Amino acid sequence: MDFVSFLIQTLNAVQYGLLLFLVASGLTLIFGIMGVINLAHGSFYMIGAYLAFALVAQTGNLFTALLLGIPLAALLGALLEWALFRHLYKRNHLEQVLLTYGLILVFEELRSLALGDDVHGVAVPAIFSASIKLSDTLSYPVYRLVISAVCVLLAIGLYILIHRTRIGMMIRAGNHDRDMVEALGIDINRIYLVVFALGVTLAAFAGMIAAPVSSVFPGMGNQVLILSFVIVVIGGIGSVWGALVAALVIGFADTFGKVLVPDYAGLAVYLVMAAVLLWRPEGIFKS
Amino acid sequence: MSDWLLEAQGLQSFYGSSHILHGVDFRVGRGETVALMGRNGMGKTTLLKSVIGLVTPRGGRVAFAGGEVTGQPTHRIVRRGIAYVPEGRGIFPNLSVSENLRMAARPGPGGRRDWDFERVLATFPRLSERLDHGGGQLSGGEQQMLTIGRALMTNPDLLILDEATEGLAPIIAREIWGIVREIKSSGIATVIVDKNHHALTALCDRAVVLVKGQVVFEGACAALKAQPEIIQRHLGV
Ligand SMILES: Nc1ncnc2c1ncn2[C@@H]1O[C@H](COP(=O)(O)OP(=O)(O)O)[C@@H](O)[C@H]1O
Ligand SMILES: [Mg+2]
Repeated sequence: MDFVSFLIQTLNAVQYGLLLFLVASGLTLIFGIMGVINLAHGSFYMIGAYLAFALVAQTGNLFTALLLGIPLAALLGALLEWALFRHLYKRNHLEQVLLTYGLILVFEELRSLALGDDVHGVAVPAIFSASIKLSDTLSYPVYRLVISAVCVLLAIGLYILIHRTRIGMMIRAGNHDRDMVEALGIDINRIYLVVFALGVTLAAFAGMIAAPVSSVFPGMGNQVLILSFVIVVIGGIGSVWGALVAALVIGFADTFGKVLVPDYAGLAVYLVMAAVLLWRPEGIFKS
Repeated sequence: MSDWLLEAQGLQSFYGSSHILHGVDFRVGRGETVALMGRNGMGKTTLLKSVIGLVTPRGGRVAFAGGEVTGQPTHRIVRRGIAYVPEGRGIFPNLSVSENLRMAARPGPGGRRDWDFERVLATFPRLSERLDHGGGQLSGGEQQMLTIGRALMTNPDLLILDEATEGLAPIIAREIWGIVREIKSSGIATVIVDKNHHALTALCDRAVVLVKGQVVFEGACAALKAQPEIIQRHLGV
């Protein structure tokens, strides 16, 4: 591989890893704090992508679509937490898996009824449609760089939220001892609602900004879900930092796996996972 | 309406099918220091948890500051002015000392703001040297100071201390007793559970003794000191 190709693959790996981080960060928070295994988390990514498609079709503009889609996703998250998920926190993992697997089917069916089963594309916004020329034959799309930059900003925002704000302290405290948080006069259910809605919004947002590069298709949440679980396990359950590092590792393993050993690309991610777990059974950053 | 700050009547509490509290009455007056006594496993912790709703009693009523709180969620009950220092401390080891304190800050009933970050640090100077340490890195005594400091950050009318000095070296325990005395003189009512009956009766106004989930003695601490046979019978080992 020459240097320019290597650079392109590296940028792709970073971009994919960061996108996966948006999905996995919510998953790890929800798993770590509320103890819920949410198989439907990948569906929020799918829903985000379809929201982007439908809203761009209506408004003709990805930015307007994001402006409308983000509050819709937050609302969906809050509604689901209130109606379904808060009844799951004290249930066992089998019941959680059953309900959230059922939700995947429901979401896919609703998507099929509302928007059909076709594959769709979403246009890259005009101001980011350029490419940067890297050599005579190779160039890199600006939009992918924008995705990476936005994800980095969100990761920083998430860091500030969790480590520098009072609600972040409450979230981390709730991760450790829910009764004690309540005994200090803090409504733990409200914290859970916020965390869940935040997780859903991040996953849906990832789907929205990914739509122009990945296209929009039925079941697109499944691959992302599996990789996100791998990331949560490698990173350490409940650790947002672990999720960031692990997401980048998986982004590289997946991207370079496809380039270097195309016949075994599907295995690369799981070999990395096995290696990490042999080295650190509780994940890179046990929380 | 009564003049009691806390008034619990006829509490019946269970863990699953095991019946722990058998109709317990428990009251605390404004500014009063109450010793809750009894051997291990007699239901002291269960009573305290039932008061603040961490255990939901199946029978009985709880009123605080004149308002009925029976069956309300814990965060709502304590917001009326209760701070709880649990057995085993309950600090958040994954938060720094300063975060443990700041996350709890809130004005008390009626907007009172007597206690804030600065005053807590002035009361517990050891903590101000450890602000950036993780809560889990503190010694047992420092952890207990942190939980008491954190409790005060909520500006309570009633402070509940379950096993106030358990597991602490005598010199640290003495420091904690000094702080409890300071809190008492600041007018905050306290309920204290501790194995050191001597220190406890030297400080309390009233004592309640539990045996197998029932109150077997309730009265002034002076009366309890005058009747060592009660201590011997119900609390002796
Ligand atoms: N979480 C629990 N589940 C079941 N039984 C419990 C639980 N906590 C305490 N108990 C039982 O309840 C009784 C009272 O315990 P507790 O209130 O902790 O007593 P104390 O604080 O006076 O030592 C004991 O017999 C104890 O074994
Ligand atoms: Mg106890």
